[in-house]
Amino acid sequence: MSAAESETRGVRRRLPQMPQAFSFIGAGLIFAATLAFTGGAGGGQILSTALTFATMYVIVGLGQMFVITTGPGNVDLSIPATIALAGAVAMTVMGGEDGMIALGLLAALGTGVAVGCFNYALIRLLQIPPIIATLSASFLVQSTAIAYGRGLRVRPPPALADFATGRIMGVPYLAIATLLLSVLMAVLLHRTVYGRSVAAVGQNSRAAHLAGIRVDRVRFLTYVLSAVLAGLCGAVLAGFSGGSSLNMGEEYLLASIAVVVVGGSSVSGGQSNVSGLWGASLFLYLLVTMLNTFGVGAGLRYLLTGLIIIAIITLAGGPRAGRA
Amino acid sequence: MTGALANPRLLRALLPPVSLILLLAVIFTIQPRAMSYLGLNLMLNLALPIALATIAQLCVIAVNDLDLSIGAFVSLVACIGATILPENPALGLAALAGCIAVYAALGALIHWRNLPAIVVTLGMSFVWLGAAVLLLPSPGGSAPAWLSTLVKLRTPLIPFAILASALLALLVHLFLMRSSLGVVLRGAGGNPQAVRRAGWSLLKTKMAMYALCGFFGVLSGLCLVGLTTSADANIALRYTLLSIAGVILGGGEFTGGRVSPIGAVIGALTLTLAGSLLTFLRISPDWQIGAQGAILILVLALRALVNRTERRAA
Amino acid sequence: MPHPTAAPSPGTPFVALAAVAKSFGAVRALRGVDLDVRSGECLGLAGHNGAGKSTLMQVLVGNVSPDEGRFTVQGEDVAGRLTVARARRAGIACVFQELSLCPNLSVLENARIRHASLKGFGWRARAARLITRTLDEIFPGHGIAPQALVSDLPLGQRQMVEIASVFAQGDDEAPLRLVILDEPTSSLDNSVAAQLLAHVRRFVSAGGSVILISHILGEILSTCDRIAVMSDGRVVDLRDARAFTRASLVEAMGHVVSDETSDMPAAEAARSAAPVVASATTPRGGSIRLEARRGEIVGLGGLAGHGQTSLLVLLHNAAQGRSRYATLTGRVAFVAGDRQTDGVFPLWSIGGNVTVRSLSRLGRFGLVDPAREKRLAEEWRGRIKIRTPDMDDNILTLSGGNQQKALFARALGSDAEVILMDDPMRGVDIGTKQEVYALVRAEADKGRTFVWYTTEFDELKSCDHTYVFRSGRIVAELGRHELTEARVLQSSFEGEAA
Repeated sequence: MSAAESETRGVRRRLPQMPQAFSFIGAGLIFAATLAFTGGAGGGQILSTALTFATMYVIVGLGQMFVITTGPGNVDLSIPATIALAGAVAMTVMGGEDGMIALGLLAALGTGVAVGCFNYALIRLLQIPPIIATLSASFLVQSTAIAYGRGLRVRPPPALADFATGRIMGVPYLAIATLLLSVLMAVLLHRTVYGRSVAAVGQNSRAAHLAGIRVDRVRFLTYVLSAVLAGLCGAVLAGFSGGSSLNMGEEYLLASIAVVVVGGSSVSGGQSNVSGLWGASLFLYLLVTMLNTFGVGAGLRYLLTGLIIIAIITLAGGPRAGRA
Repeated sequence: MTGALANPRLLRALLPPVSLILLLAVIFTIQPRAMSYLGLNLMLNLALPIALATIAQLCVIAVNDLDLSIGAFVSLVACIGATILPENPALGLAALAGCIAVYAALGALIHWRNLPAIVVTLGMSFVWLGAAVLLLPSPGGSAPAWLSTLVKLRTPLIPFAILASALLALLVHLFLMRSSLGVVLRGAGGNPQAVRRAGWSLLKTKMAMYALCGFFGVLSGLCLVGLTTSADANIALRYTLLSIAGVILGGGEFTGGRVSPIGAVIGALTLTLAGSLLTFLRISPDWQIGAQGAILILVLALRALVNRTERRAA
Repeated sequence: MPHPTAAPSPGTPFVALAAVAKSFGAVRALRGVDLDVRSGECLGLAGHNGAGKSTLMQVLVGNVSPDEGRFTVQGEDVAGRLTVARARRAGIACVFQELSLCPNLSVLENARIRHASLKGFGWRARAARLITRTLDEIFPGHGIAPQALVSDLPLGQRQMVEIASVFAQGDDEAPLRLVILDEPTSSLDNSVAAQLLAHVRRFVSAGGSVILISHILGEILSTCDRIAVMSDGRVVDLRDARAFTRASLVEAMGHVVSDETSDMPAAEAARSAAPVVASATTPRGGSIRLEARRGEIVGLGGLAGHGQTSLLVLLHNAAQGRSRYATLTGRVAFVAGDRQTDGVFPLWSIGGNVTVRSLSRLGRFGLVDPAREKRLAEEWRGRIKIRTPDMDDNILTLSGGNQQKALFARALGSDAEVILMDDPMRGVDIGTKQEVYALVRAEADKGRTFVWYTTEFDELKSCDHTYVFRSGRIVAELGRHELTEARVLQSSFEGEAA
């Protein structure tokens, strides 16, 4: 009887065509509203800044997207702590010298690998939901970051800072690099066995197992990938903001989940959307800019962000969530 | 057969009180002066709001959800308590009642649209935080005098925090574990389909549990602001993590409606004391959160071990 | 069409069904059922898988509303208007096969969930009294404490609690008139099962009605007053229980009673001597070991849910080298029968669903090559005749049968040497079946091995060797020449009242 139900449900001939369109349209509307308010002044500047900040959202969003795509209950709450720790580690290793940038980046990524392995070890060995595993891991990582990074005042190497803040024809280098990263991740997601496995596990992990997919291995790689991207974000963020700080990851917990949801990926897993991450990241940042331009304070900004996210998942998250 | 089965369950039930006693023993050995009315009062000063927040979290965990907004919510209540409540008590109470109604509505929304509670409550944490910042952009305000007097009550022999926590544990235990209504509410976490088939409304049970969560969140916020007398929009953000840890430490499970109010209150006390222990051990405050994480992981590891023994016994 | 013949019985009809029909999509679960249940009788219900028993029970308790037909309770027409709550008020209750207890609650608290009147001061004591009284009455010497947590009880005791809480009669509740017991003894040991059956007789002689569904024929024969046999969504036989013997009951259930054995070669050659590629024992014990040799089609028969699927999953996992009970050499693929939970990826295209098992072979420079993927999908669209304008359409645009073909294509198109099939032909039309049978045979001749669980006897006839399952064990092993429907049915149903 469930077969019959799902057949009547399957009247849409193809999959939802452009779930990411909403976020781009939203971003465009908000941008237009901001420009209308300022009378068209500073549009280029706003856009350029938005691109810079959006890249950070995109980097962590990519990792979170892979995790959320592996199915209901999967979410990485250790991202903020990982960002803080990796930022501190990267700055220390680099020690302000250009020659050490590569090694520092590697150290940041290595931090991510370690956190990811730890997360997954907790999930597997203690048999606990990923939310709790990544949450308790984040306590430890956060403390390590605090202890390690206290009093740390290392400036990023000049070359890294220049790269992180530099622009070519108004387009930040960072945005270009992140675009390349996104393309890479899109290829990983859609064209590799691993990426396909992630989507399969997220739709139905039992069916994926029976289709010969090594579910445990896929989930392990996914948690490591998420933490590695958070580590990368930590290094870049430290380079951008003139050094690491302990709370620089804070806003990325909600942001990483929000850009995934707003960008048209399914909260219940199985379906992800890389381009939507860009739309959603621009949307979120431009929203903040618009509210700032309107003279709205931080309080209302938080409030509206929260409400918009809830509204979007209420509209988008319903029907298929039933299978969870 | 039954003897072998009862053993792990007993172990699991004993885990929270035994860890509390062990912790107290260690503290008293290191710092004998803590073994006094004053010492206990000092160490457990902030235990009551944490215990209340833990009970709030327990209500949501009992129906297989998780509330990631409880910390922000408690902060908002503290801000209301320090701003609106002293100036306009009627408006203040109405605002608090409104907050509880929003919680009930969240439960309905999550049930109706089958949404993941983590994302919804994560979104709500921003709503609560935003509202708190709007109310109190910078730390300040002052709690009504009656509230401070109440929560700073000096009871004879045993500090107020301990008495109140014990009363809280007892009342919630009586309601959730012993009353006929509490049975249905927990049953909805254990086997929702069976409860529905027996003619109960799952929507109502979910709304009730979320409303209870809001109610205890309000008590926690008021208690906190009474103790600190002034508030701050970020005052209780760490309660989200603490409350989850407290429920788990107290023997609760994430799914299946298995919770223990008495255990949860003990868990909250344990976590509060763990902070004091770290101070006595002269461990830098940097490691405070880390130690809480480590305790949580340790408990979960012990539990996994007990569960494995239990499975082997079965 | 055989029509129920009126058997002599003292009671008057409590529930009466006439020409009741119910379809789920294209599947006609009930095709016009005529049945009445009288006060003061125990009615046995027997039938093979998919005969419509479960749907009929769901209609009686108000969970499913029939499409057509008349349905009266105590003379009052309730067709299309019976809800769960109304059925309960009318005194109809059911012990479902899947337990409906809350494992996190105690025995007496579970009684409270089912009996809304247990509330107010002292409810615990009253609930404990109610459930203990009923347990004592049905299962004397049960040894279950009302304060015990259900999750701490072994399965058999849980079943006893479930049964007792259905039979328990609260003070201000509508009297219990009809109790449906769906395989109630499956997890009870012999003496406890006998206690339950004795209670059924007591309940019936006090004027109540019971519908008993069981795969243990001895139970039905000894306990029931009348026995209805269902097949293909109809009641095909309804007689006084004394008029049935074990043999005639089995015969009535098999709807194709012909001598199809005659077209088999009289003396089948001995079993193939090819190497064994898969072997397994059931975790529940049993002396017979399943073996599948290269190029064989091995059938798994018996009633649905008696351990066949678990064994297939065991074999599947054994290929990844982690099973105590099974070994399997070579690459393996699984064809799901329960498409929704085990097979289909609902967000993907038909092509994506077909190729998922073969992606690692379709690579180029570490990336999946879309051209080769498309080629594989198109090849199988042709070979297995998936009826769709475009393999890029979503899988759910296909009919159930064609979705099933896509799952076959997934397995057959892969590099697997052993293919496990989990009753994949459920609800598939006959044309599709014929196409797939031919394909399976052709692939087996090329050296592939098939382990095929099926609930349809006709499909076992395509198998080289058949194992029959009952209660999680393999109870019979039949070569191709030994296979008859009667033998499979006989092994599927237990003879004695266990």
